Amino acid sequence: MAPVDIQIGRAPNLDGALLGDTDPATQGGYPDHPPRMGFFTDTSVCIGCKACEVACKTWNAIPEDGLVFTGMSMDNSQGLGASTWRHVAFIEQRKPIDAQDPGVQHAGGSPPAIPPDAPGASGALPSDSEQSSEFRWLMASDVCKHCTHAACLDVCPTGSLFRTEFGTVVVQEDICNGCGYCIPACPYGVIDQRKEDGRAWKCTLCYDRLSVGQEPACAKNCPTNSIQFGPLDELRERADARLARLHEAGVADARLYGRDPHDGVGGDGAFFLLLDEPEVYGLPPDPVVTTRDLPSMWKHVAAAAATLVGGALAAFVAGRRL
Amino acid sequence: MSEQQVSKSSSDVTENGLRGVRSDRDAVTGVATGKPAKLGKRRGGQRDGAPTVPDAEFTSYYNLPVINKPVWSSPDIPGYLFLGGLAGAASLLGAGAQATGRPALGRVSKAGAFGAGVLSLVGLVHDLGRPARFLNMLRVFKVTSPMSVGSWILSGYVPLAGIAAASSLFGKAPRIGMAATAGTALLGPAVVSYTAALISDTAVPAWHDGYPEMPFVFVGSGATAAAGLGLLAAPVTQNGPSRAMAVFGVGTELAAFERMERRIGMTAEPYSQGRGGGYVRAGKILSKFGLAGALLGRRSRVLSAVSGAALMAASAATRWGIFHAGMQSATDPKYTVVPQRERLRAAAATAGPAPG
Repeated sequence: MAPVDIQIGRAPNLDGALLGDTDPATQGGYPDHPPRMGFFTDTSVCIGCKACEVACKTWNAIPEDGLVFTGMSMDNSQGLGASTWRHVAFIEQRKPIDAQDPGVQHAGGSPPAIPPDAPGASGALPSDSEQSSEFRWLMASDVCKHCTHAACLDVCPTGSLFRTEFGTVVVQEDICNGCGYCIPACPYGVIDQRKEDGRAWKCTLCYDRLSVGQEPACAKNCPTNSIQFGPLDELRERADARLARLHEAGVADARLYGRDPHDGVGGDGAFFLLLDEPEVYGLPPDPVVTTRDLPSMWKHVAAAAATLVGGALAAFVAGRRL
Repeated sequence: MSEQQVSKSSSDVTENGLRGVRSDRDAVTGVATGKPAKLGKRRGGQRDGAPTVPDAEFTSYYNLPVINKPVWSSPDIPGYLFLGGLAGAASLLGAGAQATGRPALGRVSKAGAFGAGVLSLVGLVHDLGRPARFLNMLRVFKVTSPMSVGSWILSGYVPLAGIAAASSLFGKAPRIGMAATAGTALLGPAVVSYTAALISDTAVPAWHDGYPEMPFVFVGSGATAAAGLGLLAAPVTQNGPSRAMAVFGVGTELAAFERMERRIGMTAEPYSQGRGGGYVRAGKILSKFGLAGALLGRRSRVLSAVSGAALMAASAATRWGIFHAGMQSATDPKYTVVPQRERLRAAAATAGPAPG
């Protein structure tokens, strides 16, 4: 099945394509398709090893992306771009780290239950001064979100960007003419132009590996399973369970980002568990696919065009006296 | 241990712990976050000096932009916006001139429309990362992509404008010329206005947030430019409609711009600050000056021409200003984060007070 033909033949259905919770592969013209695949990146177990960055570069043969020393903690790759498809963020914070039970009690059996009237029992967790500290380090591996409603895909004028049968979004590099429209369209700052070759590049969710039943290189290489790959439905369940566990353990800051299929982009194919506000990680707090407003934009364009015609007619009526 | 070696380090490890540790090594963690970072070559780094208003309170990742800045360059893209506006509006003026028997204004407008249309297309193609693949724009038609719609509009419009201009200049094939002129008058308003949807249909805050008014700014700016071209190159006796068009163009542009800036609030800052703000201000001044000259100097060929040039420059300045203001709003994470935070806060407030 050639995605190119689908793009040519399909009459766009704006309502379904631009809003709400839909199945992107079906919307993209695959009546019969494998389950939607994605990433769940659990940043609470990320150790900042950058194995994902390296694996991605190696597998996808991505060129060098700037050898610079930024002084931004351990982060020298700075953000996602044409030649950085996984990016590990490092945030140093003067915030007390939530006390966490390391689960290594040696006294045998389960840890003693905290009596309900004990200090700290009602709050977030045992306020054990030995386990909390005034410093924490957040690490998170960012990646293309493979949005349900992908602005990059919507605005691409060549059909170079397309929806795969796995519900992911991929650039066909033999089609892309480097118009650059996808770049400011992306609400997350993912896709970018590779200056030396002029075309736009981003994460493919390892489309080549998926096609032969392999998991993407980054997930394969993640030593802590911070990057989890699988059918999106399953990942969402897993993430919900993980979030509940973290909340139970007193990590009140934990939250899912991009999990909600009713958010501004219809949910992300690659979503995250974060330990602080999204903007701390360089993510937009409430991204909305820009094409959600496109029907209204076209209406305003039509009204303005009509105004111009009216203005020109009036100019010729009034012009007799001017 | 020699004296020289000892002097390399000011601290000693002793039985009682560290001695002589310099206090400035006591680095405070987390101070770098949210402050302007010295950027590498890849991203931005072009923040020009200190902000002129106090930054709104927000967090960001080392003050790096959230979205990727457009790779569109100047003069290609602002030129493409300006010339498209000039072309489309000039087609209306040309068609009207033909219908009302103003042959000189007709020739000027039709030739100008064709020239500007071609140059607009050249700007677009030149800006492509792979110009040789321009025709890939015509592989698909997508209403979700204003650039796709625009490419189709332009590919219909430019040949028609060429036929209309040639027929008018050489006085050949009047019927075909008239049909082509009618065609350009139909497509012209679309050529002027679609670029507003094109820049608004992005995550660039200053462009996206202004989407309801942007098409009106663009048609006003286009009408101003076309009126300017008429005043610059056609005789004063035929330029009544150009003067009226200048009134319409400047009025529409200024009113829509004013409304947009007032409505979008913080995201409008780049329209009055920095490089973008400079161009926008220049545009406003030039358009008022040009309009006054066009109306007061209606009997003077020289004054009309100067006013016409000022109006065209005004239109160009506005486009350059909008272009650079968008770039500024994309580069500063404030414009992405703060409005989104406010939206979330407002949504939470309407959803009722948080439990507990």
